[in-house]
Amino acid sequence: MEELFAPGHRGCAGCGAAIAARLILKGAGKDIIAVSPTGCLEVISSPYPQSSWGVPWIHSLFENAAAVASGVEAALRALGREDEAKVLAIAGDGGTIDIGFGVLSGMLERGHDVTYICYDNEAYMNTGIQRSGSTPYGASTTTSPAGKISFGEDRPKKNAPAIAAAHGIPYVATASIAYPKDVIKKVKKAVEIEGPKYLQIHAPCCTGWGFDSSRTIEIGRLAVETALFPIYEMQNGKITSVKKIKRKPVEEYLKVQRRFRHLFEKEGGEEEIKKIQEIADGNAEQFGLDL
Amino acid sequence: MKLSIGAVTEPGSTRINKTGSWRTFKPIIDVEACVGCGMCSMFCPEGVVYEVEDKYTIDYDYCKGCGVCAHECPSGAIEMVIEEK
Repeated sequence: MEELFAPGHRGCAGCGAAIAARLILKGAGKDIIAVSPTGCLEVISSPYPQSSWGVPWIHSLFENAAAVASGVEAALRALGREDEAKVLAIAGDGGTIDIGFGVLSGMLERGHDVTYICYDNEAYMNTGIQRSGSTPYGASTTTSPAGKISFGEDRPKKNAPAIAAAHGIPYVATASIAYPKDVIKKVKKAVEIEGPKYLQIHAPCCTGWGFDSSRTIEIGRLAVETALFPIYEMQNGKITSVKKIKRKPVEEYLKVQRRFRHLFEKEGGEEEIKKIQEIADGNAEQFGLDL
Repeated sequence: MKLSIGAVTEPGSTRINKTGSWRTFKPIIDVEACVGCGMCSMFCPEGVVYEVEDKYTIDYDYCKGCGVCAHECPSGAIEMVIEEK
């Protein structure tokens, strides 16, 4: 398969976002126009005056990837050239779930034929690991630091796929880079469906989460196997497929990452781990994840 | 109206950055033990593990030595060794 994301990019060794970008492009093919907001992927793939992209790609601002993608799609239609390229937005969780959220909602509401893909590394990594709406409960970041009193992030991860689905769009899916064929399959499927599509792809970050660069895929797999990142597909508002798992306790996922270290070292940490286990149990029940 | 072209660059032009110099550990594929499943190639963040006649080879000009390929190889055919430069 042709490689559309060139090496020489500035991603950290073991970068999950770079793996996500490669898999997305394998699924989408070369006849696309990609839009990225500010974020790790933008920074690593476009060190001026170079580009890693083998497809037309545009970056404008942090908050407007969905608006730019909407404009590109509308322009293609106005020119009668909508058959020549599919429009993709590939954005981080900060640019999607916080800063670009209103704009994304507008794009979904207006019904643009755009595949919006959020690679989810659960914080603002490129600016120095600040929490985002996608940061999970209990994770220590530079703006939700664990300390004498704090146990890190004190709010649950925002359920962005559910909010996207609430717009009544035809396709919503989650995936993880640890299951590459699933990512490729879902991207391929999404671009073929007409209308707005939302995909959220879990992409572990060795620098921000604190694990060895060789374990990016292993950590991604553990997030799925503990039910902390459920994998499913929704078509026209109904869940149509779920990745079933032989469930592992959340400790197996938490103990291998620096961002959750305080849960094991501080008094009261056990209580917090229990709360995280409850989140996983809730996911397993909601989606019927258990084999 | 004259349109500015902005910062338009050549596709794939980051190839001039030889990120292989970042490496402290180097993956070595044992071609005898390799079963040709391609997971190393699929997971490489740089996309520089290539298939050559059912076996795999690494472009060390760009490999950053993250070790994902060695960690994920189901047949344990990739070893990380200290880089000597």
